[in-house]
Order: sequence, then structure tokens, then C-alpha cells
Amino acid sequence: MSVKENIEFAQTGNLTAGNRLQDIQVCSVQATQDRANALDSGHRACQGCGEALGARMAIDKVMELSKNKVHVVNATGCLEVFTTPFPETSWNVPWLHSLFGNAPAVATGVQAALKAKGMEDVTVIAQGGDGSTVDIGFGCLSGMFERNDDVLYICYDNEAYMNTGVQRSGATPPTARTATTPLSGPHPGNNFGQGKSVPKIAMAHGIPYVATATIANVRDLERKVAKAMSMKGARYLHIHVPCPLGWGSLPKDTIKLARLAVESGLYPLFEAEQGVLTGVTKIRKKIPVDEYLKLQRRFTHLFKKGADTADLEGVQALADAHIAHYNLWDGE
Amino acid sequence: MAFTLPYAITLEVGSSLENKTGSWRTERPVYLDRLPPCNIECPAGENIQAWLGLSQEGKYREAWEEIVHNNPLPAVHGRVCYHPCEDGCNRKQMESPVSIHAVERFLGDEAVKNNWKVSAADSTGKKVLVVGAGPGGLSAAYHLRRMGHNVTVVDSKSAPGGMMRYGIPSYRLPRDVLDTEVKRIEDLGVSFKYNTRIDDVAATMKADGYDAAFLAVGAHIARTLDMPSDDSVTITDAVTYLNDIENNGKATALGKKVAVYGAGNTAMDVARSARRSGVEDVTIIYRGVRENMPAHAFEIEEAIEEGIKIATLRSVKEYKGGNIVLEINEADADGRTKSTGKTETLQADAIVYALGQLVDTDLLKNCSGIVETDNVIEINTQMMTGMDGVFAGGDMVPSARTVTTAVGHGKKAARYIDAYLKGESYTPADKHETASFDKLNTWYYEEESMREQPILDLDKRKTTFDEVLGDLDEQTAQREAMRCMSCGNCFECDNCYTVCPDNAITKLGPGKRFEIKYDYCKGCGMCVEECPCGSMLMAPEEL
Ligand SMILES: Cc1cc2nc3c(=O)[nH]c(=O)nc-3n(C[C@H](O)[C@H](O)[C@H](O)COP(=O)(O)OP(=O)(O)OC[C@H]3O[C@@H](n4cnc5c(N)ncnc54)[C@H](O)[C@@H]3O)c2cc1C
Ligand SMILES: Cc1ncc(C[n+]2csc(CCOP(=O)(O)OP(=O)(O)O)c2C)c(N)n1
Ligand code: SF4
Ligand code: SF4
Ligand SMILES: [Mg+2]
Repeated sequence: MSVKENIEFAQTGNLTAGNRLQDIQVCSVQATQDRANALDSGHRACQGCGEALGARMAIDKVMELSKNKVHVVNATGCLEVFTTPFPETSWNVPWLHSLFGNAPAVATGVQAALKAKGMEDVTVIAQGGDGSTVDIGFGCLSGMFERNDDVLYICYDNEAYMNTGVQRSGATPPTARTATTPLSGPHPGNNFGQGKSVPKIAMAHGIPYVATATIANVRDLERKVAKAMSMKGARYLHIHVPCPLGWGSLPKDTIKLARLAVESGLYPLFEAEQGVLTGVTKIRKKIPVDEYLKLQRRFTHLFKKGADTADLEGVQALADAHIAHYNLWDGE
Repeated sequence: MAFTLPYAITLEVGSSLENKTGSWRTERPVYLDRLPPCNIECPAGENIQAWLGLSQEGKYREAWEEIVHNNPLPAVHGRVCYHPCEDGCNRKQMESPVSIHAVERFLGDEAVKNNWKVSAADSTGKKVLVVGAGPGGLSAAYHLRRMGHNVTVVDSKSAPGGMMRYGIPSYRLPRDVLDTEVKRIEDLGVSFKYNTRIDDVAATMKADGYDAAFLAVGAHIARTLDMPSDDSVTITDAVTYLNDIENNGKATALGKKVAVYGAGNTAMDVARSARRSGVEDVTIIYRGVRENMPAHAFEIEEAIEEGIKIATLRSVKEYKGGNIVLEINEADADGRTKSTGKTETLQADAIVYALGQLVDTDLLKNCSGIVETDNVIEINTQMMTGMDGVFAGGDMVPSARTVTTAVGHGKKAARYIDAYLKGESYTPADKHETASFDKLNTWYYEEESMREQPILDLDKRKTTFDEVLGDLDEQTAQREAMRCMSCGNCFECDNCYTVCPDNAITKLGPGKRFEIKYDYCKGCGMCVEECPCGSMLMAPEEL
């Protein structure tokens, strides 16, 4: 039997980005020598930035599938700022900076212009952080969904407004400390609230494709980009990108944190078509949320002597609810 | 650039590649090769990971060549080596170690099946005498011959193999396997002289003009006991008993009830051979507790399965009226034993002593400078005895007394003998640091348990000398090889190249690994953290 057929096991199987025992075609684009490097070196992101990595992973896959015919519209935020301090740019792709809150609308316009010029083969991407997506650009985004504009929107979720100094967003997890959710009162950090899952809201619009992805699983991420690219209309990809600065974590732990977020159940990986859940990526080795939280300074108060244990239990309950809702875990 | 800048813009657009973010760094990632624990534990110094890696790719011939670079007897070792490599294997801390020996055996058998050969360097004209055709002698002869020296192996027995033939029973090592591997050494151009006992090494070297000698005469004198006896129980020893089976094709008849005294691997071999030769009632007698029996657990298991009885906490006192008088011992919590003063009897036709072997050092009587301590010969770090040009290894020197240790000695001695013959000195390469388990990121490995070899059915194991353990087929062997985690050495999983947020790693292409672009690397350490096999580290930057 040829080794190439043996991919289901093959030492690290599909768990690593590449695998010398597999054909390169079945490995991730990131594993190839000729990947586009859409977001190149020299950018000013912090050491170990998950957002810079997530953007390269996603856009490189788009570049591969569109044969480099891509136009990117980028909302204000770290990703925009650290890649384009005038006169330098890190983008090896046509790229346009919108405002903080209107990237989806600008992308719709770009798409309309391309259509008018007969260039419908160009893929239009709109992208931004969680602040621009979940909060300030949300109205534009909902409009883009509702009109089913032919745009792939990618949200890089680092769970706060990082570029302006770590302020809370609608995607900031409960109990997290940020500049605007300080450690005070009986329940320090961000409150529990009702949560705001934009992927779920996107599903409620019934758009062709919605998926969540993580930089800790590049093959899964690329597969979802490919799935989105195979469709027309409004599509939404939500990528979890740890932020060493805002989370108070070690730069080397960025991938690890992204992985633990998935393995704890706090960040569920799923996809949906026309508003219907079509698949989940299962948890491989389930862990309690502590293992994830303890590596981040924004959660240290949960583990201090005298902390109200209800806060930590609340976070665990959130993870458990995800696991139950999405059926993420096959073990006991 | 030939275009006009827009209003109020004074600078042309440039690339961020101008911005050398490498200056942010305080630590730098570096690639390195670490030494895998399997390799550290292998007494023959095999580069196990390299040949498992080649096996994963289906490159069996290259894999086999990597083994025989260090060990001339893969098919033998895949069967009889006690595989300390597997005790070291990092995978043991996940589910179970890689079945290194089973893959080695598969490769060894592929070589036998396909008649793979090795080649020797041009002749150097130097003559080396090797005394003993056991694993130690065979290994030294093989390596020296490959280096181009003329080698003559002299052995007092009529066939090669030493204890591999006259000790290890054929149900563990079929003789055709041994013969084929020895034949390969012969085909390399090594001369063999059988039925020739060397009585005086110094005289032989002088008479026949040898430039150097390697001695590996083993330990063949059985240790015995002096016990009161009325001669009603036949007394023999393991060396004689196993030797007789080999020479006569069957065991010396010892009666219906046989006892074996001792609890090492040799005792198991004797007991199991006796069982296969028609003795229905075989009892192993051991003075201590079961946990302290020196034999390997798997051999004890297999013996028990075959119906061998084990009497622990018993010492032989006397032979009287067709009985063995046994003293009953007791053990404390730590397993230390002392006599209770009570006795019992065990009816037996014969007893076989398996109490260890002594070295016959008679051939060294005229060698000046040789030092014998506690019945073994002293050697220096270069495997040389006290006499210039005379090297020694295997069971006759202080050692673990295994086939693999002897092979390792033969290889090591060959390197020093080669240097000695050329008037040079040989310095082994510095050892890389250990690829210990904590250096791995095991998240990335698929979980899968060790594959078991097929085992002969029990009826046949009680009545024939057919080989007990079987081969893995190609697909199974290959998949077992894939369990290897490539500890400490890059296997090109592309993780570092993928996880760098700064695109600061270049993939050089298949087989060529990766390179860091230090102009851009910010030193975040993600590549090192996500390297599955521990072949990177962060080193402080000189500031
Ligand atoms: C029953 C038994 C089972 C064993 N099973 C295993 C096992 O499964 N795995 C394992 O790793 N180890 C095993 N061992 C140990 C292993 O066989 C020895 O450690 C190994 O064979 C030692 O190799 P050697 O080259 O030093 O000597 P030997 O293998 O003993 O070979 C020495 C050779 O020198 C020859 N010789 C001796 N004196 C002279 C002389 N004066 N002139 C010429 N020739 C001479 C002898 O005839 C013999 O052929 C076993 C040992 C025994 C006794
Ligand atoms: C309308 C408007 N309000 C505020 C700002 C200031 N601002 C720039 S980036 C940013 C936060 C961005 O947060 P997010 O979208 O989560 O991206 P991140 O920086 O975390 O990647 C803010 C508040 C702005 N540029 N425009
Ligand atoms: S996993 Fe492979 S390299 Fe690591 S110790 Fe085991 S056999 Fe050796
Ligand atoms: S991941 Fe990239 S930036 Fe980080 S240490 Fe490795 S090479 Fe440097
Ligand atoms: Mg953000």
C-alpha cells in the first residue's frame, strides 16, 4: 500500500499543518512553499499576534482558490493599523481601509463596482476585529447579510478593542478584565450578560454559509474558507485569534490558547448553511476551563484566594452549555 | 517609479519588508537535532528513528541499510534482543512504546527474503584475528571487513553464532535466520575457521602475523553447586543441556520430572526446551520471590502458559532417594529472603543448573599485561586489554551480557582497532542532548497502541521447537513505524512554517527542512512551542 493512502494515521495524520507522508495537495496551503503570504513580514503586530496569523491563514487560502483575484476591505483596528503605517504595507493583495464601522458596506460597494466593470471573478473580502464586527459595524453587516451581497466577511475575534488599549466589546467573555471592565466589586471583570454570538445571528439571517474557525486548526480553517469560496452571496467566517497583549498571555502560547479554547468548549467550532447547522468539529481532548483561563492574566482574579467561586463555575457552565448544545464531545 | 503621487502625499508606497522587526527580539528560535532516547538505550547504537522514518516512507532497503550501518544482524535482533530501546521510547509515556523490535525484524526478514548485501572498502592489507564467532566476534569482523581489513574469525565450535546457536533455543531464533545473516558476513569476505580452539592468543598472533586481535570468547563454563547427593537425581547444567539439543537435534533424555535451578532467562530457555522435548513436569526452583526473578516478565509469562511450574522461596539442600530436598525461605516486605529452617521434598528425575556462566580465560595465559578481575577481563575506554593490540568485548568483559551488548562492543572495538591499525586516534562525535519527553508537544500525535506480533498456538508451543512469535506483515510494520514521534529531529511537519505570525520562516523544500529569517523574526517562540518533536529551542540573544 502506498503511504499516501494511509493518511488517516500517518504519524501525525492531519493534526500538523503538513505531513511528509502525505501528498502536498492534501496538506494545508500554509504548508506549501508557494503560499501567497498575503500578509507579509515586517508588520508591526506584537510578538505572537494571533490576528496577524489568522489573517495570513485565511487570505492565503482565498488567494489560492481565487487564483490571486482578491480584493480586501479592512475595517479599522489592529489588523489595519499594524499592516499599513504609511508609506509601508504588508499586504500582497489589493487592499482598502474603510472606516471602523462600515467595512461590510464598503465591500458591498466594491463588489458592485467590480460587477459593473464585468469583473465578477474577483473575490471580495471584508474583514475586521470583533469590535468592528460585533459592535460598531454590526448594522452594516446585518444589511450585507440581509441583501445577501456577494462578500465573504471574516471577523478576527480577539475578544476586545485591542488597538485602542483593550476595551470591552460585545465579544469579551464574562469575568475578563479589560480597561473598561476593571477588577472591582464582588464580581470583578466583565459581567455575564446575555452573550452575543454573531455566528448565530448570521445564521438567523439564513445566509449561505456561516462558520467558526481557529488558528489552532489550520486545516479546519482552510476547509471552511474553501467551503465559503464555493458559494455565492453573503458568507461569514469567525476566527478566534488570541492576543498576548490584551489577554496577558505569553506570546509563545498563542496557538496553545486557541487550542485550549476549543478543547474546553468555550469556543465551539461549527458551520451552518442557510441558517441550518451542518457540522461541528469535535473536542479531541476535553479539559476544564481552568487550564485555559490560568494562562491569561485577564482571568487571574478568578484564582485568587477569596474569589467568588460562582464566577469560575459560571464560565465552566458556559463551556458545558456549548458542549451540550453543539454536541462537541463524544467521550464521557 | 513613473507615476505621479496624489495630492498631499510625499512618499511612495513601499513594502513593510523595509521594516526589520528582527531587532525586537531578545531570544531567537534555532533548529537542532536532539538524541532520541531509543537510540541512547540501544546497546548497538542503532539510529532507530532514522530507519523507522525510512520505513514510514516504505523505503525498506534504505531503512535496512541504516540498521546494518551499526548492526549486522537485524533479523536476529528483531527476535532475541531484549529491546531496551523500547523501555526508553518516549511513546511509552503516551500509550505504549513503538514495537521497534518487530519493525527491525520485518526489515531483517525483508533482507533475508530479497538477499540484500552490503559492500566492503578496498583492502588495507592489515590482518586482524577475531577469536569467537558469537555476536561480539561477528560484529567486530563485519565492521572491520567493511573498513577494508582482512579478518579471520576462529571458533572452537563447528558452526558460528556462539550462544545465539548453542544457548538461545531455536523456537526463539530459527537457525536459518542466523545462518543467512552470518552468510552475509562471510560473503563480505570474512574468513571463518571452525573447530579450532585458540589456546594461546599471543602465540597465534605472532605465528600468523596478525596486526591486531579482538577477543569475544563469551562465558561458557556453567556455574555449579556442591550439594550432598546419593546420585538418585541426575545433575546437569544449562550450557550442556542446550548445547546437546543443538548438536544432536534433540534433548538428552532426563526423565519425566525435571527441575531447573535458577530464574534467569537461561532457566526459562531450559525449562521451555525440556517441555518441548517431552518432559511433562517441569519446575523452576528459585530462592526468592517472583517479582525478583531476573528473567524478563514476558519470558516467565510464556513459560507459565506452556505449563511450567515455578517454586519460589525454595533453595536446594540435598538430593536423596529420587527427591530434591528444598529449604523453605521467607521474604520480608522488601522481598529480602531468609531461611525458615523448614524443608520439603520435590520428587525429580533430574535437575538442570541455570546459575550463570564463567569465562574461560585460559587462552590469555601468555598475554602480558592482561588484567582479570572477578573472572572478567579489564579493558580501557578504547576496548583494549592490557596488552597492546589485543581488544576484547562481549560476555568476557564487564557487561550486561546480552547479544546486543556484544554487537555494540564489536562495533566500538572495530572503530578503535581501525584507528590503531592506521596509527590514528578515534574520537567519537559529541552526543547531542537528549530528546526527553518534556521536549515534545504530544498534542500533534495521533493516538494508537502498539501492534502485537502473532503468536504460535499453545499446543505447538508445548510439543515443537517452531518459532513462537511471528512477523508483522508489511502494512502492519509500516503503520507501527508510523507511531514513531521522531523525537528531537525535524520530520518536516510544516508547523513552524505555518504558525509564525511574521512569515519569518522559509520552507526549503522536501528533505531540506526550514530556515529562520532573523531579519523579521520577533522571537515570539510560537514555532518552538508548536514543534511536535522538540527539534527547536529558544536561545537568548546577545544584547
Ligand atoms: C541460554 C541463553 C539464552 C540467551 N538469550 C539471550 C537473548 O535472548 N537475548 C540476548 O540479548 N542475550 C541472550 N543471551 C546472552 C547472549 O547470548 C550472550 O551475551 C552473547 O552471546 C555473548 O556474546 P559473545 O560474542 O561475547 O560470546 P558468545 O556468544 O558466547 O560466543 C563466544 C564464542 O567463542 C568461542 N570460543 C570460546 N573460547 C574459544 C577459544 N579459546 N578459541 C576459539 N573459540 C572460542 C565459543 O565457541 C563461542 O562460539 C543468552 C544466553 C544464554 C546462555
Ligand atoms: C468610529 C470610530 N470609533 C473609534 C475608533 C477608534 N478605534 C480604532 S480601532 C478601535 C478598536 C478596534 O477593535 P477591534 O475591532 O476589536 O479590533 P482589534 O484592534 O481588537 O483587532 C477603535 C475603538 C475609530 N477608529 N473609529
Ligand atoms: S517515538 Fe520514535 S524516536 Fe521517540 S523514542 Fe520511540 S522510537 Fe525513538
Ligand atoms: S514564530 Fe516566527 S516570529 Fe515567532 S519565534 Fe518563530 S520565527 Fe520568530
Ligand atoms: Mg478585537
